Amino acid sequence: MEFLKKETKDQKTPSTIRITGAEAIIHCLLAEGVDLLYGYPGGAIMPVYDELYKFQDRLTHVLTRHEQGATHAAQGYARVSGKVGVAMATSGPGATNLVTGLADAQIDSTPMVCITGQVSRHLLGSDAFQETDIIGISTPVTKWNHQITKASEIPEIMARAFYIAKSGRPGPVLVDITKNAQFEEFDFSYEPCKRVRSYKPTPTPDKQAITDAAELINNAKKPFIVWGQGIILGKAEEQLKSFVEKTGIPAAWTILGASALATDHPLNVGMVGMHGNYGPNLLTNECDVLIAIGMRFDDRVTGSLDTYAKQAKVIHLEIDPAEVNKNVKADVAVLGDAKETLELLLPLVAKNTHEAWHNVFKEKYEIEFKEVIKNDIEPVKEGLTMGEVIEEINKASKNNAVIVTDVGQHQMIACRYAKFSESKSNITSGGLGTMGFALPAAIGAKMGAMDREVVAVIGDGGYQMTIQELGVIFQHQVPVKIVVLNNDHLGMVRQWQELFFERRYASTVMVNPDFVKIAEGYHIEAKRVSERKDLKNAVATMIASDKPYFLEVKVEKEDNVFPMIPSGASVSEIRLK
Amino acid sequence: MEKQWFTISVYSENNVGLLNRISGIFLKRHINIESLNVSKSEIDGVSKFTIVVHTTEKWVHNIVGQIEKQIEVIKAFYHTDDETIYQESALFKIESALLFDERQIQNIIKENNSQIVTVARDFFVIAKSGRRNEINEMYEALKPFGIMQFVRSGRISVTKDVMQITALLNEFTEQE
Repeated sequence: MEFLKKETKDQKTPSTIRITGAEAIIHCLLAEGVDLLYGYPGGAIMPVYDELYKFQDRLTHVLTRHEQGATHAAQGYARVSGKVGVAMATSGPGATNLVTGLADAQIDSTPMVCITGQVSRHLLGSDAFQETDIIGISTPVTKWNHQITKASEIPEIMARAFYIAKSGRPGPVLVDITKNAQFEEFDFSYEPCKRVRSYKPTPTPDKQAITDAAELINNAKKPFIVWGQGIILGKAEEQLKSFVEKTGIPAAWTILGASALATDHPLNVGMVGMHGNYGPNLLTNECDVLIAIGMRFDDRVTGSLDTYAKQAKVIHLEIDPAEVNKNVKADVAVLGDAKETLELLLPLVAKNTHEAWHNVFKEKYEIEFKEVIKNDIEPVKEGLTMGEVIEEINKASKNNAVIVTDVGQHQMIACRYAKFSESKSNITSGGLGTMGFALPAAIGAKMGAMDREVVAVIGDGGYQMTIQELGVIFQHQVPVKIVVLNNDHLGMVRQWQELFFERRYASTVMVNPDFVKIAEGYHIEAKRVSERKDLKNAVATMIASDKPYFLEVKVEKEDNVFPMIPSGASVSEIRLK
Repeated sequence: MEKQWFTISVYSENNVGLLNRISGIFLKRHINIESLNVSKSEIDGVSKFTIVVHTTEKWVHNIVGQIEKQIEVIKAFYHTDDETIYQESALFKIESALLFDERQIQNIIKENNSQIVTVARDFFVIAKSGRRNEINEMYEALKPFGIMQFVRSGRISVTKDVMQITALLNEFTEQE
């Protein structure tokens, strides 16, 4: 066997070797350029783990402390690197524990391949030990899934899995492999998948639509761009920048689009959505042409659809035909990959500056600064704010950290105030809003970008949902920086209870453990800050460390995140307090 | 937007699990499938789903978009009743004695253009193809005499328009 492995390593053209299904899975992963995967072993996947043991010089397996952690780590890795993240689990509970991560990756279009073990083919349907219908369970939350019951299917299905996960609008794929297929020997050869007969990943842009879009843009007096993650997934950052700079159109981003254009770019006017910036939200209902690029008009972005941008002509640049006219009717729909469509559009659009229109955004920013931002990032009150912590992280990391956030108030504050100078720097659970995402995702993000500073910003609630992944950070000495913004509450739910449920704080008060001691229990250097005078140094010390580091910041318990578009309200009804 | 009847036609690969994937799209939107038929299509190796729903055009558009997005779906369409030729089939199982005791039953069989497909000592079976209302009328006519078993199939339909599936398949094959 050792001889055979050497042979495959040296040969470039597909050749046939006789190996087990389990070993074939490893060869498929290597052929797809995978050198790192996350997972958790168990009975039905043991043959593959046995091969992982043999191949550990070429393929690193990171043992997370829960299968959910494996999926989020794979997501963090994928989001920061643009490569496919891989997670592995056993059958039954191992497989069901992947579901949250799959759903998260599905709604946030993250390329991920999950491999699950399954009971042997002859036991399927017998309610065998750790048997579960993971194909049935994962169907609604995967881009594609497939069950392999004989070894000979492995190469083709694995190749297809990677192709589907990363092509077009990316997404998660689950491959379930019965134990007998892992044991069986067969003649293995591998060819990457280049097409699937029934699947067209990227639509061809329509020339007429491009011309129509350009005409609308050139005649617009108050055009407005909202871009989403499509820019990052389509590697269209440069094209977006050129487009924005040539047309002079103010451009805002959805939460998943953050960092595609540098925060300090003069045409970057901020975030749209429920806790986005005042100007971009308000002026959505004043623009005359709304250019949506690689975004899907999520309800957290649009608020009430009945009053969303009704005055504007809408141009929608989108890779997924199912997203066009789903929520917002497009006057011009340009299907295709953002990079390609922006390149086609660029020569057709006129140079402009839209100065007066920009000044409206500036005015709105000044209002927001005075009413909200100043108090968040330069507070004068006694208690620490989440905003000032993010501001210190910006300073200490020279606006160049990868910020990984969980879900809730800290997430909104981090996305509002984190400053980015490089793309793929904002890793967060956007669509699904998965608490517990950040800690494992930060592990994946750091492993996917070892040369970058990775800071996980987490609330005290979400932190405790996947806190066990500190074990991975310790075991592998993953130098992530963990900042827990502790307000001893489930802050966002508490905020809603305060605003909409007459302050009935039902189950949102947290009695928390000593987080510093917990981190120290994992031999991670840890510090707690509760006063402003200590904050700057504490953050600087953390960033300066080249090891894993935990920092708990005790922040004001009952602060609220503003601006805010109340659920179901119009973007025009954005509240500053 | 008003609800109406739509026939969704889905051309797909013949794969285990695809039915689950497609039905899940309806489930997620709380839309009931009124009838479902899966069969081979005019193209070798390509399956055809015929799904009938009663909903608004906005929803059927959205659903068809989601169906078409599934990897193994080649193409999905939706049509109103006016745009398709459609039928259902039904089987009636009736006590054999009635065929001789109740002369009216023979008239019902003739008037409804239906056929007796089998006669056994205890029962006989009538097959009827046609529109839903025609089958319902026959059901109502036979009901007073006693129906031992009744079953009606899902709708099957062909469109008046040309379906360019082969061209689409070629396009898929040519793409890089």
